[in-house]
Amino acid sequence: MDNDKLTAAFDRTVAAEQRIEPRDWMPDGYRRTLIRQIAQHAHSEIIGMQPEGNWISRAPSLRRKAILLAKVQDEAGHGLYLYAAAETLGIDRAELTEKLISGGQKYSSIFNYPTTTFADVGVIGWLVDGAAICNQVPLCRTSYGPYARAMIRICKEESFHQRQGYELLMTMMAGTPEQRRMVQDAVDRWWWPSLMMFGPPDAESANTEQSMTWRIKRNTNDDLRQKFVDMTVPQAERLGVTLPDPDLRWNDERGQHDFGEIDWTEFKQVLSGAGPCNVERIAHRRQAHEDGEWVREAAIAHAAKRTGAMA
Amino acid sequence: MSSNWPLWEVFVRGKRGLNHVHVGSLHAPDANLAVRNARDLYTRRNEGVSIWVVPSSAITASTVDEKDPFFEPAADKVYRHPTFYRIPDDVPHL
Repeated sequence: MDNDKLTAAFDRTVAAEQRIEPRDWMPDGYRRTLIRQIAQHAHSEIIGMQPEGNWISRAPSLRRKAILLAKVQDEAGHGLYLYAAAETLGIDRAELTEKLISGGQKYSSIFNYPTTTFADVGVIGWLVDGAAICNQVPLCRTSYGPYARAMIRICKEESFHQRQGYELLMTMMAGTPEQRRMVQDAVDRWWWPSLMMFGPPDAESANTEQSMTWRIKRNTNDDLRQKFVDMTVPQAERLGVTLPDPDLRWNDERGQHDFGEIDWTEFKQVLSGAGPCNVERIAHRRQAHEDGEWVREAAIAHAAKRTGAMA
Repeated sequence: MSSNWPLWEVFVRGKRGLNHVHVGSLHAPDANLAVRNARDLYTRRNEGVSIWVVPSSAITASTVDEKDPFFEPAADKVYRHPTFYRIPDDVPHL
């Protein structure tokens, strides 16, 4: 079949809400965009282990420590589901790891902010994972089968992440004035970066239109951001914290909340590597990868020796 | 690159009475570690009671190119389905 016919068949499959599977023909651009998107998502899960992992050894109780360990282990799992999905497109995980630690591929800029108090663990669960859920739920219906299946697993597990965060914050809000101040401080620092997680405004989002046609993306950045704001405002009220935006208010006409202008200069700076923790995050990931090299080698040597002994 | 672990496909039996179902893949140096890694990766929340792992390279699949002709023989044999046969409504238990 020639390329036009293949493309037409592919377009029909996608438009009919059917899934594309690994061995199907697909346009090069679709494959490239998917690899970039899934890899960036996988890298975000892996790098995302660091800000919270930072607090495992200092969690205030055994209960909180066990929860945090399970959560960080989930992030590792999510990264691996996604790397496995990317590999079905013909790229090797080792190559993706190399691209991450050499700066060739990006991860979500949210993880370049520091976690300065234990309240950050709660706010990350509530806001950062909450924003991630908004982004990810529609991706359970994305056109590429392995990606959609990975997202279904991930979304099921993210729900625990968000709830444990909110519960942690409710506990702190029922504590001392100092604890309540810690929660408010964490909300003040994470609110705007959380809104940035949805990416640039639709007018400036280069990939949105093609990705929507390909059903790699199901909603625009601004739509998802609005949805997140509308979901979060009543949760903030119930918690008793103030979201740090003087322009945030209900708009009766639109039936949605209006909110202030996002500082896109900060977003671009963090994205381009000038965030508070960019260098540290990549250095840590590189170190972990290099420290693990002898383990990977030894395990392979052991497996080869055993296979040899059996032959 | 010699230290890269091979790829394994993972199949999980959700509970007794069900088939093993493909859930994804992972890298591991050998079969034993593939099973252990699969437990940690795919059954953290009681998703399974049994795991199979198979080297990805050992799987033979029908090729996509011959998809249509390959599965075509099944398409024109509607008489293999019970709904093909018209039975009067007043015949019981059929």
